[in-house]
Amino acid sequence: MSRIGTIARRTFLIGSAAILGGVAFGVYKVRQPAPNPLTPAPGAAALNPFVLIDQQGITLIAPRAEMGQGVHTTWAALIAEELDVDIAAVRVLHGPAAKAYYNSAMVADALPGKGYDTSEFQHTVGEALGGVGKLIGLQVTGGSTSMKDGFIRMRQAGATARETIKQAAAERLGLDRAQLKTENAQVIAPDGQTIPYTDLAEAAALIDPPHVELRDARGWRYLGKSVPRVDMVGKSTGTAQFGIDVRLPGMKFAALRINPNLGGTMNGFDASAAETMPGVERVIDLGTGIAVVATNTWLAQQAADAVDIDWGAAPYPPETDAIFARIAQAFDDKPNSTLRDDGNVTSPRDGGDTATLPKGTISLSADYKLPYLAHATMEPQNATALFTHDALEIWCGNQSPIFQQQACAKLAGLDPDAVQIHTTLMGGGFGRRGEPDFAAYATQVAMAMPGTPVQLTWSREEDMTHDYYRPGALARFTGTVKDGQAVMLDARIAAQSATHQALNRWAGLPAAGPDKVLVDGAFNQPYAIPNYRVRGHVADLDLPVGFWRSVGASFNGFFHDTFIDEMAHAAGRDPLDFRLELIRPVHAPSAGTLDTVRQMSGWTGKTPEGVGRGVGFTYSFGTPVAQVIEVVDQDGSIRITRAWIACDMGIALDRSIIEAQMIGGMIYGLSAAAYGKITFSDGAVQQRNFPDYDAIRMHTAPLTEVAILEANTYLGGAGEPGTPPAMPALGNALFDLTGTRARELPLSNSFDLRV
Amino acid sequence: MSTQLTVNGTPHRVDLPDDVPLLWVLRDEIGLTGTKFGCGVAACGACTVQIDGEAVRSCQVSLSDVWGDVTTIEGLGTPDSMAAIQQAWVAHQVAQCGYCQSGQIMQAAALLAETPDPTDAEIDDAMQGNLCRCGTYPRIRAAIHTAAAKMKET
Repeated sequence: MSRIGTIARRTFLIGSAAILGGVAFGVYKVRQPAPNPLTPAPGAAALNPFVLIDQQGITLIAPRAEMGQGVHTTWAALIAEELDVDIAAVRVLHGPAAKAYYNSAMVADALPGKGYDTSEFQHTVGEALGGVGKLIGLQVTGGSTSMKDGFIRMRQAGATARETIKQAAAERLGLDRAQLKTENAQVIAPDGQTIPYTDLAEAAALIDPPHVELRDARGWRYLGKSVPRVDMVGKSTGTAQFGIDVRLPGMKFAALRINPNLGGTMNGFDASAAETMPGVERVIDLGTGIAVVATNTWLAQQAADAVDIDWGAAPYPPETDAIFARIAQAFDDKPNSTLRDDGNVTSPRDGGDTATLPKGTISLSADYKLPYLAHATMEPQNATALFTHDALEIWCGNQSPIFQQQACAKLAGLDPDAVQIHTTLMGGGFGRRGEPDFAAYATQVAMAMPGTPVQLTWSREEDMTHDYYRPGALARFTGTVKDGQAVMLDARIAAQSATHQALNRWAGLPAAGPDKVLVDGAFNQPYAIPNYRVRGHVADLDLPVGFWRSVGASFNGFFHDTFIDEMAHAAGRDPLDFRLELIRPVHAPSAGTLDTVRQMSGWTGKTPEGVGRGVGFTYSFGTPVAQVIEVVDQDGSIRITRAWIACDMGIALDRSIIEAQMIGGMIYGLSAAAYGKITFSDGAVQQRNFPDYDAIRMHTAPLTEVAILEANTYLGGAGEPGTPPAMPALGNALFDLTGTRARELPLSNSFDLRV
Repeated sequence: MSTQLTVNGTPHRVDLPDDVPLLWVLRDEIGLTGTKFGCGVAACGACTVQIDGEAVRSCQVSLSDVWGDVTTIEGLGTPDSMAAIQQAWVAHQVAQCGYCQSGQIMQAAALLAETPDPTDAEIDDAMQGNLCRCGTYPRIRAAIHTAAAKMKET
């Protein structure tokens, strides 16, 4: 069989591992191996799409985007754990855009289950269905899925490669494979003779990979520990290369201005002043805006600002109030989803009769409103492109190489195979870099200058005013409590559907069906409330929205948990006790996180004068997270002083990285809760730079402790679950301090928070 | 329009208009990309470098106004020979996305040069202009204390 055929058969082994348990869903296409995208040079061997060995050494492919969450390190650790290589001695690369790198966990997460109640059966079906990710080219980093996706597959990739190399050594030495050991990228014979993997790779490439059992967790060397990150030295010395740092021979620098009325057209422009400015080489019509190519990014930015442009109008109402009026209209429509409907909910807001409620029943209701939010990654959007008529190369940090490839190929009129995507490190993603717009604009610029590489960098102002925003959201909650117990909770949530928009934008799929993400963080919370209903309403607005760290849970976490806090107070109960009592019978690991923050924070339910404490809890992305936030009234302004976080990861693959993600996720949530808002006037976003869209900084960040638990049945996500509970926990703390209930964010609108 | 400046001990002659900010001279002309562009308005600190040891936002210093020798992150230490503060950054595994860290390190190095053993309040004061959207602040604080202790030993 040809070499490529051999590699393909080997890939099949990896591919089939993803449907372990063998549920035949989507049968042939899912089982069909994705071709190995690695084309090793002579003398090198790509043992599977994740392990590449040549004379220079060993390269592990981590096709998940490193945007700060440490995925390269833990993905490499999963492979290295079985491959027996020193993680500090291997290279870790992003790899190309390729179907073999599909995300199996992301599709499994799209199943309608609540997550915490996942049965063994559903778990298996979820893993099998995960193969569908391959069909739609879902090489995506997001949804806190990387470790769920790679946990078994990558250890199998490492183990299979190791045993195949051992087989090659066995054949060379005339021994049985079982007589050989491996250590530090070498095969060791019984007589102590060692053969480096690099010497065996070529022979191994011709061997059928044997069946391999994974090692027991008790013997792990890397997993479960804190592994020094593979990107840490580069990021501490300014040598790590981000998209904006790409430098190519003869490269030009470009800046752009796009219609501030998002989605609007351009009626015309006058570039005569810009064209004569220093360093300017070209002004390019992008259809919805212009780009200026110059010898220096700043010169290009100055010239772009000097272009006089006549913009078309936005396809959505031009003012914030009118936009929210449209969102509120969605409540009048039939719900898009009712993903939870337990017991018998009688809500007065639905014309239900509460007059007959048993004596002693207390009813409460609350409306909440959350703003649109920008991602505001530290590295502004950018991409570098080189167009040579029959091929296109793109360099950019991105969370979705295949979508980037497809979008750019379409624009350039090329076959996707003629478009090469080089994924760099990225200065933050948070969901923003799943969108292909920055690569598409760079493609347009490069097509105007064939043969010349051009780096297109957005100004901070263009970045902040041209995001795919976290949707603004409204909620209407009703509940009843009696004798200190929760009796009923009825939730209605209205927002634009980021999922419907993105599926259409990325994959051309029509919007259809209940949007689980719109109610994520509300319908799937582990509370034993006997009468419990959650309905989602999709607002019909043509305003660009997208996935923002924790997505639906970024607003539902606030809505749901704040209302639980309101119910606790209405019931005259301690808010932590109230939550625990409702959660314990449903999901013990979730209760464990609340027990833990109670202990860590020394929670008594009482705080001294001038101090407030709030608890927040959200189950999201498979991980329950509880947080206690403390606020102190200091010299006339309120300071967030301390925080305690407990999360249950199921299996904690890297404790240092998980701790960093939990603190970082919380700070991202606190930043939004305290200061974050995107508003519109005359169709344009009003916040243009960090002075208008501030975040938590060194002097406003709380002193934080993190506890990482492992009682949960399945591996949970780490990147996002720290964000949702931070927002209600802060609001609940401010209620404890001031007696004023926050039902809108940001809190700086109504509280004197320290800035 | 030819201007001479010294960066990390090396003299450079650049041919750019006087008003081009130092940030863009370093990145697009000299090719030192360790210094990052974040906001262009001195609101995030990603572009922090030192001029004669003083931490400055290089997006706000015009080429013609550079008053002394420039030190960037590349001049502080290299992967094979890291400065004490960079070693502390690695020891505490500070960076997440890492984009703001060049600026954080240059700001912290200037703080330690002036205040060898800073209190938490002094760290708050010195570092509050440096934004980190990943929220690495607790580890930055710890790394500054570690670097201070280490620099005291030597």
